This record gives sequence, C-alpha cells and structure tokens, in this order.
Amino acid sequence: MKKTMVMILVVLLAGFTGHAFAQGKQVKAGFVYVGPVGDAGWTFAHDQGRKEMEKLPFVEPSTYIESVPGGAESARVINGLVRRGHNLIFTTSFGYMDATIDVAARNKDVVFMHASGYRTAENVGTYFGRMYEPRYLSGMIAGKMTEKNIVGYVAAFPIPEVIRGINAFTLGVRSVNPDAQVRVVWTQTWFDPGVERDAADSLLDVGADVLAMHQDAPATLQAAEARGAYVIGYNSDNRRFAPNAFLTAPVWNWGPLYSHIAQAVHDGTWSSEQIWWGMKEDLVQLATLSDRIPADVQTLVNERAEEIRTGNFHPFTGPIKDRDGNEALASGQIMSDPDLLSMNFFVEGVIGTLSN
Amino acid sequence: MVEILLDATVRAGTPILFATLGAILNERAGIINLGIEGLMLIGALAGFAGTFYSGSLLIGVLCAFIAAFVAGSIHALITVPLRGNQIVSGLALTMFGIGVTALFGRGMVGETIVGLERIALPGLSQLPIVGRALFQQDLLIYISFILVFLIWFFLYRTRIGLGLRTVGENPAAADTCGISVSLYRFLAVTTGAGLVGIGGAYLSLAMTPMWIENMSAGRGWIAVALVIFSGWSSHRAMLGAYLFGGITAMQLRFQAIGTDISTHILQMLPYIFTILVLVVSTIRLQKGSSQQPQGLGQPYDREDRK
Repeated sequence: MKKTMVMILVVLLAGFTGHAFAQGKQVKAGFVYVGPVGDAGWTFAHDQGRKEMEKLPFVEPSTYIESVPGGAESARVINGLVRRGHNLIFTTSFGYMDATIDVAARNKDVVFMHASGYRTAENVGTYFGRMYEPRYLSGMIAGKMTEKNIVGYVAAFPIPEVIRGINAFTLGVRSVNPDAQVRVVWTQTWFDPGVERDAADSLLDVGADVLAMHQDAPATLQAAEARGAYVIGYNSDNRRFAPNAFLTAPVWNWGPLYSHIAQAVHDGTWSSEQIWWGMKEDLVQLATLSDRIPADVQTLVNERAEEIRTGNFHPFTGPIKDRDGNEALASGQIMSDPDLLSMNFFVEGVIGTLSN
Repeated sequence: MVEILLDATVRAGTPILFATLGAILNERAGIINLGIEGLMLIGALAGFAGTFYSGSLLIGVLCAFIAAFVAGSIHALITVPLRGNQIVSGLALTMFGIGVTALFGRGMVGETIVGLERIALPGLSQLPIVGRALFQQDLLIYISFILVFLIWFFLYRTRIGLGLRTVGENPAAADTCGISVSLYRFLAVTTGAGLVGIGGAYLSLAMTPMWIENMSAGRGWIAVALVIFSGWSSHRAMLGAYLFGGITAMQLRFQAIGTDISTHILQMLPYIFTILVLVVSTIRLQKGSSQQPQGLGQPYDREDRK
C-alpha cells in the first residue's frame, strides 16, 4: 500500500529581489516525489538538487509534493501543479511517465522533465544519470577489499537499470581482482528493510565479506556493520548507519542538472531531449572514500575516475564476456547507449538468477 | 545451513506473529481489525523513538505497546460503544497510522540506536539444528514464544477467556450471563492493538534498528490473512507466521547459494502460499469446521436483541 497522505510544503526563500532585474522568464518549478524527502535515499537526493536550483536568482520558491503513487493519482498531482502556475515540472519516478505525457499534452506552455523514462513529447524531456560509472569505481574498491573473494550484491528487481549496475560493479571488481565473484540476491522490492536485511544476511552467511546494494533502505549497511563486513551504499552518503563498515557509495547529485534545466527554461533555449549525464557533468559521484581503504587503492580509483570524467575510459569497453563465456562485446568496442539501456545479461563473474 | 535457515525463519516470522496474535485477540471478541498495518507502524515509530530518547530498549517496547494501545482505543471506541462499521474504522486506522508516523517520524529518519541483542540460553543454545533458532534469540522472540502459550491458556483455561470467547461467539448470551460485552470487547481490541504494536517495534528495534517511513511494508496485511489461516488459534498463528517467514528466508538463501532458479518462480512463492491459505480456509468454511467466531463483525446492542 502506497502512502495516502500527501503533504504539501512550500519552502519559503528570502530573496524575491530577483524579480525586478530578471531579463528572461521567471522559473516556478514543481517537483513530484515518489517517497518522503526524509527517506535518506532517492527522494532525499532529488530534494537536495531542488534546493541547489533555488539558489538561482530567477528561480521562484519551488513546490514539492511527497510520496505520490504512480498512475492516476500522479496525474491529479501534476495537474494541480500546473493549475497553480508552475512552468517547469519535474516528475522524479519511472511510474509517472504516462501521467506526465498525458498532462503535458494539454499544457503546451509548461515544460515537463521526467526522470528515468523513455517517452518524450514536444514539451517533455527525460533525464537520468550514468550511475554505472561510479558503480564501476566502487567495484574496484570492493575487489581490493575482499579477502574471501566473495562480494555480495543486494538487488531490487532484474530490470536493465539494476543489471547494468551489477555488471559495471562486477567489471570493476574483476579489473583489480580476477578471482573474485559477485553473488546477487534479488529482493523483489525497492523498499522493505526487513527483507533487505535478510537478503544481506544470507549473502554474509555464504561467505561474502563486502556487500553492495541497489535498494532504497539502508538495511544492507546495518547488516554489514553488525557482522564486521564492509559495505558500499547507494543513493546518498549513509555512512552513519555503518560507521565502521562503510567504504563509499555511488551517489546522485541532481543540483547541476536541475540548475542547467532551469537556466535553459529561463533563457528560452530549452528543447525536448533525453539527458543522460555522467560523472563528467557531476550528476553521479562516488561518496568520500573511507579511511579504511588503503592509500594506493584510493589513488588507483581516483585515477580511473579522472579517466572516466575526461572520456578516456568507458566501463563497458570490450572484450566483455557474459557469464556463460560467450562474447558479449568485441575487444576494443564501446557499448552503445541503446545496448546499455536494454541490458539483460550478466557479465562473467556474476553468480545469481537471471531468466533471459 | 538448516540451522541458519531456521534462525532466519523465526526472525522474519516474529513481527508477523505478534501482529497475528494481537489480531486474534481482537477477533475472538468479535471485532474485525483491518488497522493492523497502521498499528504496526505506530508501534515501530513509538518503539524506536522511546528507545532513542530513553536509551532503554525495554522502555521502547513499552512505548510501542502503549502507543498502539491508545491508537487501538480509537478503533475500540468507534466499533464498541458507537457500533460503527468495523471494516471502515479499521481501514481508517491503517491510513491514520501511515500518515501520523510519516509526520512525527521525520525527526527520527537517519537516527541510529543499538538494537536488541541475542541472548543465548545456557545449554539449550548448543542443541543441534534448533539451538540457534529457538534458544539463541533476543528477548522479544522469547516473549513471543511465551505469549503463544499464554494466549492459548487464557482463551481455553481461564474464566475470563471463556467470557471473551462467548462475547465473540454470541454476545447476547454473554450479556445474559452478566458479562459486560462492551468492556470485554474494548479491552480485547486495545490489548490486541498493543501486541500488534510490539510486532512493529520488533522491526525497528531488532530486525533493522532504525526508523523509516512505511517500514512494515505490508506485514500487517499478511497478519490479517494469517488470522484466518490460523483458525483463530495462537499455535497455528505461530505455524503460519514461521511458514511465511520461512518462505522468504528460503528463497533468499537459495539465491545466495547460487541455485539458478527463475526469478519469476521465486517471486511467486509468497503469493502461491497466500492462495493455498485461502483455498484451505475456504474449504474449512464450507465444511462448517471453520473456527470463525460467530459474532465476528457484528456490533452488539442490547436493545436490538431478538
């Protein structure tokens, strides 16, 4: 059951002075969130980005609506934002895709940006991040830190986004430790602390000494902390849940992207496109590395990060074999974006269930 | 491996067990309670906040019981003296629980506490196979074992328990015997709610020591279904809760070992079990051997007596 109580908070900002001097269009943005801003994860990260965007002088105090379920309910909420005069609306979950397109068709003067989807329109663009880049880097750390050569991965659903993360992570692990394996357990839920904890425990039980995760609750971190293993987080820097176990986390940093879009709307240069930014644009990052990671490993990871940022290294560069040993990508080739977006195989080194 | 699996089964089943026991107390008195999910969340937040501010897990558990007891008294007030619709009131309680915990839980998100520790019972904890699962657990799990027995004893071996069952089966008859139907029902609903609250607290104090909005993630609804599966008896509630916990624990561990079973089949397991439960309980209902209290869901008013 999804949340039924919707809370509306208008964040007041001092600084209406921007009005008088603004040249272009004033931007009044509205955000539709799938979870509460206090989820310490996905929605929290979006809200940090929203706050950063509000620092722009031509951006009026924005509105956000939390814990909005997908489908018909989200259409009602998006409509409400339009009626209250918002001219830029961000819908931050895959489940809002159809509702966003529907509402946008009736409100051509409003700009809509939908996160993680694939449907666009004249006034609807999409945006997402190349999370596989920091995932690869965090895999390198896991590969160096594991002593038993078993790394556990608590994953939500077998969809391309998650599979891409697992594969990038595993390529990172095996780039520094070809003997290591990555064991995957699917929880079949984005958010259920109890099941996530149990999944993490089941991986620790089979000998994993480093855990990674693609979940919204920090239960995996607690499991690693309790059993003296290491853990790599996700979404935002959650090291307070595992002060000893936490190594790093691939995290979202939506501020630059939100500011960029607000600027484009303000300047009148916005056009519908599918934005897929990476570490180069600072949309995805690696959280500050833990002191427990040896200095030489930190240097190695930082160098690789720089190569990714400058475009000299792509995590999905051939030769890549799938887990049955067949060639998935020829030597020297770089995987295309459509292939990345529809990924549905495990690379060599992953142990887990995946029905093709 | 079996030891670990049994251990995980008991731990996953415990919050559902507390919630089911609480719901059984409610329904034995004739009151349906669909507010279990909301009560679990209230218990989870109150338990966490109580522990966070006092530093004592026992005070946390007590807070969970009291908070859910108070919230349950809303349902009791509507359904007993006011004779309102029990289904509507219960659903409202769930929505209330989700909303109120989201609102008041804001300050607790991201805070940490030290969770319940395991206590190994000397000697018994070394038993093969069951030692770890049954005798190397935390305090709340031991309490749940005792509670299963206590509720059976209360319902079938005490005078008040007999009175409570009569109130659920035939409130008019109970009234004739001089039993206060309103008082019995009120206390059964509130006490049952308190137990559900402890089930919620198990999530936030033992399983994952933290507070996150909506952390019960549907366990309250499983408890509602398990009440029917259990035939309103506490020991079958234990069986049902552990079966449910065991299925989750088992499918996760199959994956961790590396068995390549289709994710779709793994995904189906809990639902297949739910369907089986419904089939079995429907067959029992048709055979007339259902244990459902006869007065379940019906408000009682002395003036309406026919």
